[in-house]
Amino acid sequence: MIDLLNALVVLSNYVLIPALAYGSQLALGALGVTLIYGILRFSNFAHGDTMAFGAMVTILVTWLFQGWGISLGPLPTALLAIPFGIAATAVLLLTTDRLVYRFYRQQKAAPVILVIVSMGVMFVMNGLVRFIIGPNDQRFSDGERFIISAREFKKLTGLSEGLAFKTTQGITIVTAVIVVAILFWFLNRTRTGKSMRAFSDNEDLALLSGINPDRVVMVTWLIVAGLAATAGALYGLDKSFKPFIYLQLLLPIFAAAVVGGLGNPLGAIAGGFVIAFSEVLITYPLKKVLGYLLPDGFEPDTLVQLLSTDYKFAVSFTILIIVLLFRPTGLFKGKSV
Amino acid sequence: MTEPFLIGDAMTGGYGRGADILHDCTIAVNPGEIAVIVGPNGAGKSTAMKAVFGMLNIHKGSVRLDGEEITHLSPQDRVAKGMAFVPQTSNIFTSLTVEENLEMGAFLRRDDIRVTMEQIYDLFPILRDKRKQAAGELSGGQRQQVAVGRALMTQPKVLMLDEPTAGVSPIVMDELFDRIIEVARKGISILMVEQNARQALQIADRGYVLVQGANRFTDTGAALLADPDVRKSFLGG
Repeated sequence: MIDLLNALVVLSNYVLIPALAYGSQLALGALGVTLIYGILRFSNFAHGDTMAFGAMVTILVTWLFQGWGISLGPLPTALLAIPFGIAATAVLLLTTDRLVYRFYRQQKAAPVILVIVSMGVMFVMNGLVRFIIGPNDQRFSDGERFIISAREFKKLTGLSEGLAFKTTQGITIVTAVIVVAILFWFLNRTRTGKSMRAFSDNEDLALLSGINPDRVVMVTWLIVAGLAATAGALYGLDKSFKPFIYLQLLLPIFAAAVVGGLGNPLGAIAGGFVIAFSEVLITYPLKKVLGYLLPDGFEPDTLVQLLSTDYKFAVSFTILIIVLLFRPTGLFKGKSV
Repeated sequence: MTEPFLIGDAMTGGYGRGADILHDCTIAVNPGEIAVIVGPNGAGKSTAMKAVFGMLNIHKGSVRLDGEEITHLSPQDRVAKGMAFVPQTSNIFTSLTVEENLEMGAFLRRDDIRVTMEQIYDLFPILRDKRKQAAGELSGGQRQQVAVGRALMTQPKVLMLDEPTAGVSPIVMDELFDRIIEVARKGISILMVEQNARQALQIADRGYVLVQGANRFTDTGAALLADPDVRKSFLGG
């Protein structure tokens, strides 16, 4: 019995909780990608760097607040700075749309052209972020590090295995739940939200119904700015901030959006968790868990790590390919790629 | 003769910069009337209706609504003027519920839309039962009802239907025609394109037989049905 509990604690500590936090970050990122795909009808490769930009502004404002001595006590100061990150990202995205995307929209450019355009935007944004904050690692978390630390947990339960629950993980999960709840309320209950879904569903009929496409596009960018800046800041807070990491995040984010079904917000969330749990589970050495679960003498000699963490992106790739081969519209009904 | 409420007068034009599809084609309808455009495949029936709705370039002729020149208005602006259009395909928001489809139809309205919505549920009672269901899950006939309902939400003066009975069973077709007559009785002008020429002309106050983008016969529905030439050429004897 104790062995079973210990196994569960080890699994929670190294797999379930980290995957839950990582999945929340991916879900927020994938929601942004999927909204753009559904409404503006292209795959936005600049989304990773949009997240980096939002995170960067959040960091700069956090430092400013820390300099002024403003803090949230046990919670990270960054939470106060996220709204500023969102506002700056909104300005960046609306400016980009005005200067770049709008031109191609008026030309009625094919989606593939917009994808290439978004790659250009990606490089510019990436350069901008590195130019402002530099290419290095930045730490900006403060406040209480743990909601519950491994040592406290052991003392509390008397188990030999500890369970650590980081503040940033807790904040990530709670924030993601709140953001998703607000987003779904907006999309399903408000007039503007419904008009966005209608526009995504059938653009011609939306125009015939008098829905203003410019307004839909603007609201979409604003929401995407909120999602991207929040996701970027939470990821940076939970792991660490490095501009290039966000470029690499693009793969699992797109995998999540495609797995869930592009254009389907519910799918993006499910996809985020599918990708996160597979990635963490497959790259985690299961030796200790199995050691507790299997009878004495059967303990595995090897680490039982299916894949080295260096190859974790292979997991996203593999899932992406399997889904595209067997279910191109994703787990939930999305648009086919 | 007084000017009809809506008239596409001597329209000549085509899509984009392509060749002309319509040649001096005239389509008109009065309040409470049903006007039906029939003709062989490729006669430009749908094109004539789209021309009236501003979806193609007319370089000769004009479109007038209640005496007002609207030839150069965009389709969206024509919706605001009281014209509603139900396309032949993709005429509903499949992922939205029936009720949301109706709400989106009334997007331009800022007043209370519940009364209109109730009227539409009275007209199509099945939609009331299915109002929380995604429109894409409905049968062909029910989808057409959603499409017509969405268009009626703007409280239009003219309702334009592009082959409303395409792909539905004969029973559903009769049912739909009954509903369309009911809408016309409320004083709304109906302009529709139909494949099922015989049935459509039976309910038509005015019928237009188009051939190669031009008017061939124009008369009341009953007169066209009785005309031996029309019968022989277009109604299969």
